Formats: sequence, structure tokens, C-alpha cells
Amino acid sequence: MTANLVSGVLQMLLVGAGAPLLLGVVRTLKARLVGRRGPDPWQPYADLRKLLAKEAVVSATTSWIFQVTPYVLAATMLTAALIVPALVARPALGFAGGAIFLMYLFLLGTFFLALAGLDAGSAFGGMGSSREAAVAALAEPTAIVAIFALALRAETTDLGGIVRRFAEDPGAAANPGHLLAFAAFFIVMLAETGRLPVDNPATHLELTMIHEAMILEYSGRYLALVEWAAAMKLFLFMTLLANLFVPWGVPAEVTPLSLLVGLLALAAKLTLLAAVLAVTETAVAKLRLFRVPELLAGSFALAVLAVASVFLVR
Amino acid sequence: MALLAYGTAAVFGLVAGTLGVAGALGHAWTLRVPWLVPLTGLELAMDPLSGFFLALVGAVTVPVSIYAMAYARHDRRGRLAFLAFIAAMAAVPLAANVMTFALAWELMSLASYSLVLHDRDAEESVRAAWVYAVMTHAGLACLLAGMLLLGAWTGSLRFADWRAAAPLLSPGARGLAFLALALGFAGKAGVIPLHVWLPVAHPAAPSHVSALMSGVMIKLGVYGLLRAGLDWLGPGPAWWGIVVILAGSVSALVGVLYALVDHDLKRLLAFHSIENVGIILIGAGAGMLFRQAGLGALAVLGVAAALYHTANHAAFKALLFLGAGAVVRGTGTRNMEEMGGLIKRMPWTAACFLVGSVAISGLPPLNGFVSEWLTFQALLQNARIPSPEVNLVFALAIAALALTGGLAAACFVKAFGITFLALPRSGAAAAAHEAPAAMRAGMVALGAACVALGLGPTLLVPVLFAVAAPLAGSPAPPVVTGWVALSLPGEFARLSTLGAAAALVAGLLIPLALLRLLGAERRWRVYETWGCGRLVQTARMEYTATAFANPFKRVFDFFYRPVRRLEVEVHPESRFFVQKITYENPTRSVFEEWLYQPALEALRVAAHRVRALQSGSANLYLVYILAALLLMLVLA
Amino acid sequence: MLRQLRAALRAGIVTEPPPDRREIEDLGVRLSQEARRLFGRSLQIREVDAGSCNGCELEIASLTGPHYDPDRFGIRFVASPRHADCLLVTGPVTRNMAEALKRTYDATPDPKIVVAVGDCGRDGGIFQGSYAVVGGAAAVVPVDAVIPGCPPSPKALLAGLLDLLERRP
Repeated sequence: MTANLVSGVLQMLLVGAGAPLLLGVVRTLKARLVGRRGPDPWQPYADLRKLLAKEAVVSATTSWIFQVTPYVLAATMLTAALIVPALVARPALGFAGGAIFLMYLFLLGTFFLALAGLDAGSAFGGMGSSREAAVAALAEPTAIVAIFALALRAETTDLGGIVRRFAEDPGAAANPGHLLAFAAFFIVMLAETGRLPVDNPATHLELTMIHEAMILEYSGRYLALVEWAAAMKLFLFMTLLANLFVPWGVPAEVTPLSLLVGLLALAAKLTLLAAVLAVTETAVAKLRLFRVPELLAGSFALAVLAVASVFLVR
Repeated sequence: MALLAYGTAAVFGLVAGTLGVAGALGHAWTLRVPWLVPLTGLELAMDPLSGFFLALVGAVTVPVSIYAMAYARHDRRGRLAFLAFIAAMAAVPLAANVMTFALAWELMSLASYSLVLHDRDAEESVRAAWVYAVMTHAGLACLLAGMLLLGAWTGSLRFADWRAAAPLLSPGARGLAFLALALGFAGKAGVIPLHVWLPVAHPAAPSHVSALMSGVMIKLGVYGLLRAGLDWLGPGPAWWGIVVILAGSVSALVGVLYALVDHDLKRLLAFHSIENVGIILIGAGAGMLFRQAGLGALAVLGVAAALYHTANHAAFKALLFLGAGAVVRGTGTRNMEEMGGLIKRMPWTAACFLVGSVAISGLPPLNGFVSEWLTFQALLQNARIPSPEVNLVFALAIAALALTGGLAAACFVKAFGITFLALPRSGAAAAAHEAPAAMRAGMVALGAACVALGLGPTLLVPVLFAVAAPLAGSPAPPVVTGWVALSLPGEFARLSTLGAAAALVAGLLIPLALLRLLGAERRWRVYETWGCGRLVQTARMEYTATAFANPFKRVFDFFYRPVRRLEVEVHPESRFFVQKITYENPTRSVFEEWLYQPALEALRVAAHRVRALQSGSANLYLVYILAALLLMLVLA
Repeated sequence: MLRQLRAALRAGIVTEPPPDRREIEDLGVRLSQEARRLFGRSLQIREVDAGSCNGCELEIASLTGPHYDPDRFGIRFVASPRHADCLLVTGPVTRNMAEALKRTYDATPDPKIVVAVGDCGRDGGIFQGSYAVVGGAAAVVPVDAVIPGCPPSPKALLAGLLDLLERRP
């Protein structure tokens, strides 16, 4: 019980405190790949600290939904931090739900953010909400079918259970379906966290924005919470990709040594994934908005192939 | 007067609900009054499934009646029909033989027809009632055909006798009976392609009636399907389950796709009813397939998921319709493009509608999520069935359910966001007034029900497993449920909405504490929305519902097949000065164009041909009578 | 895709070292210690074109390129004034843009700074005294610093921003 509590608190701390670092690392890598020196990986912390010292300007058109949404976003990400097997393969809140619960938890955050985008009554916000809703809706089936592929082999949808099963029995993971599911889930990650080629997180042109357009009205501490939640979402998705598909290094018991091992393994995997993400983002151009459904349909096809191959190669 | 009528309805609902809960928990009873109904006599029987649906009828009637006390206060018509409607709906799940069932069913249809036709001068009402009447009676014809066939083959018109005799019938006969019954019940439930009456009738009816029709009446179609597929005819072959699960998947997707492009608030909700019935059928179909494969525990899971979603949908759909009624009453319009900013004028309605929206989108920790989770878990275990076609069907259902969930959330962002948020788009919305106390009480009660159903699955799921067990032909599976978490057998999955809710609340408090700790700036200033420095912000500058739905319209254009109509009116003296541009981009309904219009056209042609028989000559009619008489003498 | 990556990796980091402090002119008004401490490591800039000829915009666009790379100092350009700490105002502030500039300033949360760029931003530049011009950013919003030039080179812009924040590079 106390072991659970400790691991839960540590995981929340890891996700909450580590997310800006991961974001910073990705930004620095991207900069180096295009020939700039780039910001240093600790820059997002400086940005957040500065935002906390700024006042919040709230539009008169908005309602309580606008001011509650940043907290809802942070709450969903912190709850997700307790379910995702980041440090240990028995996450503290693992009994509250598995992979399906996680996907719908993210959808809860997107729901409120889309509402907040509509709340200010600006055309940009509405546009961002509409596009984000479309992308999130189209990414759902891929995510669930990819999870189905994993759950078929692991015979559980419990995230910790999947990790433990594959860690114990590497043979179960030696399956083309595993790789296909990874590819499908990688594309889902790009879509859900608003990275290239689905959405450009560094764009200034409102007409090309999806996620950024919904947060144009936020400032001060609200913006800090929203940016932090977005960084946590990226961290959580990357952790899922790292730990669900490459489950070695995620210990099952909670001891100080195992936590350290888990942390180091996660850091190594995340660095590698951050490099992959940076290369992907640098190498591809942003897709036209109405080509994004084609990409998501392609990822859905990959997920379906993953399921089919799991059935065939049993 | 209104108080008396709706008060009676509320009390009736309370009584029915209590009876139903008792029945669902296992208190079975029967009642026979042989002289009351012709042919077979009145026969009522309570078993767990009947109890569940009776409880549903009762539980939804109470808040809706309280709401109606204020909403329909000045409406002279419709009070008796309302009471008849509720009484008929309560009788349907209890009916134990064909005549009782048919009488209750028809009374329910007639009462609701009368309620849909509440404004005899409005063309929309009249057309809606007409379509509804035709579809419901076509369904009744199928139902009667199936029931009478079964009665003829088994020699009895009592449902209890069918359970015993059905396994002795030939597979062809059972299949025919199942099809007839399924068609009739599916029409009432609003399954594609028999759904056309739903989006027409539900918006036309007054909101408290729509809430009952969507929340309860279509569930009685589901009740019938469960009886036909799992109970009266015994365990069926795999194709029954496949048909149900495919029909469910298609309904779910088509329902939500049509809802996305609809901007009439009530019609949008009607399409969502079609979608949710689809989700219920996915669960029911899964149960049927598992039963056929001999996996009793999973069959119970599938049916229980369907039942849970039935209860949830009743709760949140009724809530949403009541909310829509409050909005329509406050603003005088059903068109979302004329609303906006209502969250400030109608805060209670907005909060209740938000709870309903989050619930119907299947977001944790509310009730919609729990039943969708249960349905997913039932579907994900299909690998236990060693049949590739069935596995494929299940995979399709999983994809359909996932896509539906995402699209439903998107649609409710639109519905809630455009209706309640930002600036009012018309004078009517700007002058909207909040609903009176009785209406608010009804909505809050249903909102509380949504929260309770969401946080309390550990209490409800064992009851539902017990209700589903006889249908699935196996005793309830040993589900380990603490009071906090549900875990499915075989360590497949666990769920704790209480835990999730607690974590979310903690997650809300942690940033607050963190901000305080880090000494974040607490000042805030109100200013206008950022508009790139433009001078004035009006409602014309905000996003519209049509614009919000545009990405979906484009992505799914192979389904919507939208038509572009552009008319440009120029100044008479020079074609370079444009006076007016009219742009329309309506979607076309696949079912209307390819199914109903051709069918109606064929019917018209056939009727035209047959008209030749009605020549108007009395002598010819005498010849007809002679011929019929001769035929009857020969046959008899 | 791979060709572009290969070219980028071959080119390497092209960022130049930041300009020497001795090369820049005096900027005038200095920032308070607090503001400097606050924005020293993270400054988000919203550029406002108040009727500029776009010469300054071209230079600012070059500033965001890899050779000058303001990102390494935590200086980033943002799209919405709500996200901004610093308004970079170019142009002589034409009458048509005066109100827009004022509203952009009001939309930016406190604490904020305003930097007027170019001779036009300072006092109207070559358009000074025109009927269509209000006369420099200071006529509409309170200005904390001026980076003169017509247009100022990216090096001068970077030097000005760094000096403003008293960043020792």
C-alpha cells in the first residue's frame, strides 16, 4: 500500500517535473538538425517560471469554462501519470482503469480545451476547436485498435499487465503485429500531441494552427498550466510508446533500486524516442489539413494489419 | 390541472420504478385476468429483465413529469395522452402473452402519435406524426406476423410456452420468426435503416415527450430484441448475433455522422439516440455471439454492458432533451446557429447540459464511459471464439465503436459550445431567460443520476449480471468487485470510476496548491477577445455550427454527398456589383434516396396498377363478390 | 526527406557568435531590475507592423533565421499578444494602425515591454510629419527601448535585445 503511494507520488513528480525537460530536449534536437544552436533543454522551465509571474488577461466574452479548463487539463494529465507504467509496471492507480480509460481521459482534456477555444468567440479559437475535434475523433479508432493488438497478445488491457506480460515473455512480442502497432501508435502520438506533420507547434500562422489556435486567448498562469499539460501529454505518449512496446527496464516491484533502474531505463528510451521524433519532425513538412485524415486512415490500416497479424501468427 | 396530471404521472413512475427494481432484484410474480383482453386474456409476468425495463420506465418518468409540470403548464392538450403513454410503456415489459403485448404496444404508439401531433396547425408536426404512424404500424405488422407465426407453430400465444417449445422448431422457422420480430423491434428502436421516423418525430414532439420517447420508448424496442434474440426463441445460430452486431455498428456510425452536420438541437439529439441504440446493440450482439460459442461468462458481460448502456442512455438522453427544451423555451428557436452565450443567461441549464454532454461523449468518470468500457471489454475478448468471420465482425465493431466515441465527443463540443458559449447570435438568444424551478429540478435529478451511475458501477454491475444471466444461459460470472473497483474475470481489466474521480479532484487541487506555492501572480484583468486589433467584436465573427462541422463534412463527403448551390444576385445596372450571394451546402441522405424513395415510388406504381380494379362499376364489384364466394366455398 | 536531412547535417551549426557590446549604440531608456530578472532567460516577442514599409520586417525575419538564432537566449516570437512579453513595434504608426496598436498593447498581459524598431518607430523616420502618420510608437504606447536604423540589421536587433535584457552572452 505504501509502496503504491510512494511509486504513485514519484511517478507524478517524474511526469510533472520531467515533461518540460523532454519538450526542451526535442526542441534542442530539432534546432541542431536545422543548423541552429537552439535553446538549451532547460528553456521550458524558464518559460513556465516567467509565465507564472505574468497577469492573466481574460476575455469578457468567456465564461467559467475558460478559467476551469487549464485545471481540468492538468488534472487529466496528472491522473494519467498515475496510470501509465512509467517507473514501475504496477502503477499506483492501475486499478482505476487500463488503456481504454487512458484514451478517454485524454479525450476528456481535449473536450474541455475545445470548449475553451469556442468560449472566447473568436474565429481562431473556433477553427482550432473544430480541427482538433476532427483529428482527435479520427485518431481514436487507430489508438483503440492498436491497443487491441497488444491486448490480444497480453490477454489484458491493463497497462501494467501488458508491460509485465511482454517483459516476462519476450516471445509474445516477437511478432510483426508488434512493430505495426508501434508504427500506428506513433502516428497517433503525432496527431494527439500536435506535432508535425499533423500540426506545427511552432507556427505563427493562425490558419495553420490546430492546438495553438485554441490557446491563443490564454495568458499568465492559465497559459503556464496549459503548456505544462501539453508537455505532460507528450511525455505520457512517449512513455507509452517506450514502455508498452519495449517493456524491458520497467520493474514490477517497488524498491529504491528498482525505481532507479526504471528511471534510467526510461530516460534512455525517451532520449532515443525524442531523437526519432526530432528527426521525423525535421524531415517532413506539415500536411494540408484535409490530407491529415488520409494519414490517420493509413495509421488505422496499420493497426488493423497489426491485429490481423496477431491472429495469423499465433 | 397540469400539476394534477403530471403529479399523478410522477407518482405512477415512482411506483413503477420501485416495482421494477424489486423485480430486477429477483422478486418474480405473475398476474392473470382472463376476461380483460380478447383471445388470450391479460397476463402480466415479472422477471429480472422485465423488472429492469420497468424500473427504467419509472425512474425516467419521475424527473420528466416534474419537469413537465412547468414546461407543459399552459398546454391543455396532451395530458391524458401522456398518462396513457406512461401506463402503456410500463405494461410492455410486463406483458406475458401476444394480445397483452400487442395492446400495450399499440396503446404506446397511439399515445405517442397523439403527443407528437401536439400542434395540429404546424405542417412539420403533421408530417412528423404521419411518418411516425406509418413506420410504427409497419413495425407492428412485422411484430404481429412474427408473433402469430410463432403462435401457430408452437400452438400457444404465451411467451412462457415459446421458451419451452422453440428449440423444437426447425432452424428455418426460428430464423423467420427472429427476422420478423427483429424487424419490428428494430424499427421501434430506431436501427438503421428503419430509423427515418426518429429524426422527424422527436424534434416535433414537446421536449418532455421527446425525453420519454428517446429515453424510454426506443429502449422497449431493445427489450423486444433481447427477448427475441436470447429468450423466446432460445439460443440462436451465429448469424443472428452477426446481424445484430453489424446493425448496431452501422447505426452507431450513421447516427453520429448525421448528428455532426445537423444544427437543429433536438434533431441532433434524435440522431444521437440512433447512435446509442447502435452501441447497445453492439453489446447485445456480442452477448448473442458469445452465447452461441458457449462462453457463458462473456455472454453475460456483453448483455450486461448493453443493459448498462440502456440505463445510461435513458438518463443522459432524457437530461439532454429536457435541457434542449429549456433552451428552446428560453430562446424560442431550435436552430443552433441562432443561439450562443446562453451559459451566462441560463447557468443551471448550461451546467446540466454540460453534465449530459460529458456523459454522452463517454468521458470518465461519468456513466457513458462505464458502459462503453464494459462494451469494449466484451468486444476485446473475442479471440476466445475460434471463428475467423466472427473475429472479423468483432474487429469491425471495435473500430466502429471507437470512431463513434470520438465523433460523439466532437459533436457535443459543437452542440454545447455553439449553443451556450461565446456571444449570442440573435436577439432571441441575447434575451433568453432561465428555466423555472420545476424544470431545473427535473434536470438536476437526471444529472445526479448520471453522476451516480458513473461513480457506482460496482453496485450496479452485479445486479445487471444477475439480470443478464438467464438471457445468456449461464449463471453470473464470478466478478470480483470491491466497493471501489470492478475487475473482470481472468484479470483482463479493472475499472474504478471512484478512484478516477478522486484522482481527478486531487489533480484539480494540485495545480492550485502548486501555483500558490510557487508564488504565481494572482492578478487578472478583463479585456476583449484578441481579434488582431479589429475595432469591434460582434457575433458574426465567431465560429458557426456549420463551420465547426465542415472538416467532418469534407472527410466523410463520400457519405454525405453534399450538394453545392451558389446563387449570385448582381445589381441590375452592372454585373460587377454583387447585391446578394446565397450559398447552400446541404447533405443528402443515403437512405432517403436509395431506400425509401424507390420503395415509395414502387408502391405508387403498384397502387396505380391495382387501381384498375376499382373501376367504379357496381356490376364489376358484384362479379368480384361472386368470385370471392366461389373461392371460399372451394377452399373450405 | 533523407536528402534534406543529409544536407542539414553536412552544413552543421551555422549560428554566429552574438554581437560585441561595443558595436551597438546607446538605446536610451533602461529596463527596471525586476523586468530584467523576469525576462532575462525567457522573452516572448510579438511583432506589430504599425504601417511599416516592411524593411524592418525583412530584417526581423532574418533575425529568426539560423545565423542569428535568438532562440538560444530564450527569445521567441509568438503569434498572440496574450502570450507575449515584448511588443516589437515597426513603422511610423499610421493613423489607421494607431488604434490597432493600442489594442494590441492592452491585450498583452503585464508586465510587458515595448521596443520600437527602426527610425520610423523612434519618431516617424522619413515619414515624419506626414498627414497619415501619428509619429513614432511613443505617441501611442509607452516605449521602453528603441533600436534605431533604417532598417536596423539583424545584428543590431539582436544586440539591442540583448542589451535590453543586459544578457551577458
